[in-house]
Amino acid sequence: MKDIIEVRWHGRGGQGAKTAALLFAEAALSTGKYVQGFPEYGPERMGAPVQSFNRLSDKPITLHCGITSPDFVVVLDPTLINTVNVVSGLPETGAVIINTEKSAAEMCQKLNFKGRIFVIDASKIAMECFGKLIPNTPMMGALVKVTHFLEIDAVLEDTRKKLNKKFAHKPEVIDGNIKSIKRAYEEVKDE
Amino acid sequence: MKVAKTGNEAMAEAMRQINPDVVAAYPITPATEIVMIFSQFVADGLVDTEYLAAESEHSAMSACIGSSEAGARVMTSTSSQGLALMYEMLYVASGLRLPIIVAEVNRALSSPINIHGDHSDTMGARDSGWIQIFSENSQEAYDNLIQAVCIAEKARLPVMVSTDGFIISHCMEVIDMISDGEVKKFVGEYKPERYLLDIKRPYSCGALDLQDYYFEHKRQEAEAMINSKNIILGVAAEFEKSFGRKYGFFEEYRLSDADVAIVCLGSTAGTTKFVVDKMRQHGIKVGLLKPRIYRPFPYAEIAKVLSKVKSIAVLDRSDTFSSYAGPLFTEITSCLYTAGVNVKAVNYIYGLGGRDIGIENIEYVFKELLKISEGKYAANIVNYLGVRE
Repeated sequence: MKDIIEVRWHGRGGQGAKTAALLFAEAALSTGKYVQGFPEYGPERMGAPVQSFNRLSDKPITLHCGITSPDFVVVLDPTLINTVNVVSGLPETGAVIINTEKSAAEMCQKLNFKGRIFVIDASKIAMECFGKLIPNTPMMGALVKVTHFLEIDAVLEDTRKKLNKKFAHKPEVIDGNIKSIKRAYEEVKDE
Repeated sequence: MKVAKTGNEAMAEAMRQINPDVVAAYPITPATEIVMIFSQFVADGLVDTEYLAAESEHSAMSACIGSSEAGARVMTSTSSQGLALMYEMLYVASGLRLPIIVAEVNRALSSPINIHGDHSDTMGARDSGWIQIFSENSQEAYDNLIQAVCIAEKARLPVMVSTDGFIISHCMEVIDMISDGEVKKFVGEYKPERYLLDIKRPYSCGALDLQDYYFEHKRQEAEAMINSKNIILGVAAEFEKSFGRKYGFFEEYRLSDADVAIVCLGSTAGTTKFVVDKMRQHGIKVGLLKPRIYRPFPYAEIAKVLSKVKSIAVLDRSDTFSSYAGPLFTEITSCLYTAGVNVKAVNYIYGLGGRDIGIENIEYVFKELLKISEGKYAANIVNYLGVRE
């Protein structure tokens, strides 16, 4: 395994790509890893394509350059595939996880990518678990599964703690989000 | 305690723990979050600070000066155009010998307008009589800001602590936070030698000072900057004793036996460390010198640690537009020359407006340096790295 694992998140402004990267970083920290989480700041606005990034390692990370060749790519919005080259710089040893109702085989035809392709219907999971079309938390569950770098139970525990602080007055939001991470962890597939 | 914080969050947390008497500020990207988070601490009653939302950075620094002269421990935060707008008042703060602290986030200056990280803003203030401390990452920004309070009050000079805009200010990473109680104890209580609100000992400040005494006062200011060097080292030693993290004028990274070295400030030093480790694995002796204290400039100390390498590349994240080189290069080469150190030196100006500097850029510079030290070709003295031309 590489010393540093790099992740790139693709989303649209408002979908929580930045929040997902920061939540994922905090969850990774809770499992004793060293982390970085940072968004790409450009002229971002609601609905426009945006990116955010993570680095994870067992050792302190000193790198502070951009990530151009990630190990994993997470796509929060399947319509991005038509406009953004989401697998740019992704080596064939890497993997892409797409939020879509379609199969991995169908995605394989769309993406010119020879590495592993995972799919998960995170939008549906988000709607069913907490009633909002915000797929970032379930996608975190799928990423945990695919990366094999973090313990899912530790991630769930930490995310619950974070959400407890933010949504103390809305316990249904907390349970729904936790449930969505678990479901995506279990349901993500490469076929 | 290990926590995940962005550079801005780390600086805001340090400000909360320092609990200054007055914060006067005006928000500006990418430093906005620092005062935004801090103003929430004020609203939540977590600090005793009088928070003043000024109508401009010029006013914010003016309010800091008034508050500091009145006897308060004072902090503010700014970036780029904000620091530029403070320019006039920066000299007043240092001339009055006020220990004001600025949490600065390095950002490019207009025009063209750009919100991303380079060092043009604080380099513009390098001769303003402020102590300047650069931070590689969130941890250093946090630690430097805490140390800055002690340095400023002992040296009776204002201090600005900076991080690289967005690259550090908006990057979440793991930092080790000190407990509130320990920070409180470390920074202690501010006891100014004199202050305007002490009505039993009235004095004038900011009075007219012409040919008869101005020069003597400025000479004292220069002396204060010279004296601050021992204060900076003393505070760093106390900090290391209390919290275990070592700081000095600069950090030497695998430099002692290096054939060639890069000298750079801020976050790029972190990326350079990664490249140094990588090239060392292949037996190539490369190293890094990362200045932390830029004002006062540790001339003699830098010349000494660079005296054994064959060639150096100084990386500048700002330009002087002098038709020559960047500010760090001219100071490094000046101190080498006066110390009689004959090391081949080249300059790379890079990363203006937040242009990314990657592993391959740093590797390229090291490879060029290796060729230079073998005498293979005469390189340009000043080069622009990662630009299209």
